[in-house]
Amino acid sequence: MAKYAFFLGCIAPLRYPGIEKSTREVCKALDIELVDLKDASCCPAPGVIRSFNKKTWLAAAARNLALAEKEGLEIVTICNGCYGSLFDAAHELAHDADLLAEVNVILGEIGMKYNGTTKVHHFADVLYKEVGVEKIKEKVTKPLDYPVAAFYGCHFLKPSNIKNIDDPEDPKILDELIEATGAKSMPRKQKVLCCGAGGGLKAAFGDVAKKFTQTNLENITASGAKYIIDVCPFCHLQFDGTQKELGYAIPVLHLSQLLGLAMGMDEKELALSTHITPVQL
Amino acid sequence: MVTPNPDFAKEIAEAGGEEVKMCFQCGTCTAGCPSGRQTSYRVRKLMRMAQLGMKEEIVSSEELWQCSTCYTCVERCPRQVPVVDIVVSLRNIAVAEGHMYDAHKKTAENLASVGHAVTVSDKISALREELGLPAVPPTVLANDAAMSDFSKLLKATGFDKIVE
Repeated sequence: MAKYAFFLGCIAPLRYPGIEKSTREVCKALDIELVDLKDASCCPAPGVIRSFNKKTWLAAAARNLALAEKEGLEIVTICNGCYGSLFDAAHELAHDADLLAEVNVILGEIGMKYNGTTKVHHFADVLYKEVGVEKIKEKVTKPLDYPVAAFYGCHFLKPSNIKNIDDPEDPKILDELIEATGAKSMPRKQKVLCCGAGGGLKAAFGDVAKKFTQTNLENITASGAKYIIDVCPFCHLQFDGTQKELGYAIPVLHLSQLLGLAMGMDEKELALSTHITPVQL
Repeated sequence: MVTPNPDFAKEIAEAGGEEVKMCFQCGTCTAGCPSGRQTSYRVRKLMRMAQLGMKEEIVSSEELWQCSTCYTCVERCPRQVPVVDIVVSLRNIAVAEGHMYDAHKKTAENLASVGHAVTVSDKISALREELGLPAVPPTVLANDAAMSDFSKLLKATGFDKIVE
């Protein structure tokens, strides 16, 4: 049985606990053991916190990585932001001994040390590469007959030169995972356009962020998709929280929630009724 | 008239953006930038301003904060300039000089007070319990000693100065 340290992050546990719950249930069904990464903090956010102080960002990320290293576990995240920060920080620290030494001086002040060994994975990548589409198909008890939009977000695949997960301009893996549930992933224009929330844009320039979202919603509507399937609680929040104002009502599901539905999980356990954009199945 | 300031290149390099010198101004970044569709943010211009050392203009500009860090420019750059890393370095310099939006300060304050980018609410705790999850996630939120360590770490890296 595959075993990972489960890194919760902020938006999933504190805004969309249904995403956390469905991830736990889906992993159980797919024989993936999730061990809570106790005492972890914010990743910290790659757009905002890293923009404020890179030293803080790296040291706090290293603390999270060190917690997993101590448990002897690789990390899995359900958020592109957490994935972006933890993967990038792990990559930098694994390739720069001086930087690692510098970070360890800071970690030393709280009695911790990081040896630079923790590997970081995105939930969707684990499902695709470790579990495989075929095994997911076997677990589907309630095939879904929906036309949907696969929304990759940015930090899941990019920068692709260090992540090497899929083609960043024309990715396929989320489409394949979605189609394992019976749903149909609809082709659309600008498939990899940012949701608009990242980099501190949502907080400081919310109207600009919404223009990104609006363009995505126009393209998604034109494609005939009836649901948006994301792999990031922050993209999820951006789509779920802005549609009413933008005049759209396309339900938004995290990949874990879509898989949960297809595996027969109770809708209540997925907490779909707590989404801002109503989800009527 | 712009007077180039070579010292700024050193400052950018120290903040982790040394590769800005590799940019040869082709504009592929600006052509693909989704923020540039909606705003006056021009990636190529920012890279050139950084090369020329136009520090004051950069650190006080709105455009510096209009990048969503989507990495489209990084993926397409023919010189493999790590544009997002450079934007982050320039933002670090701006913040160190006191240029920060109130909304960003709020996020920084959340990190300092609870170790997360957003705070916990009674409504969410109740929903978590309904779902069979612990009311508070098993993070620094659930362990005072871990939160105290986290606070020390923020202080050791100078983050407390940002949220003062």
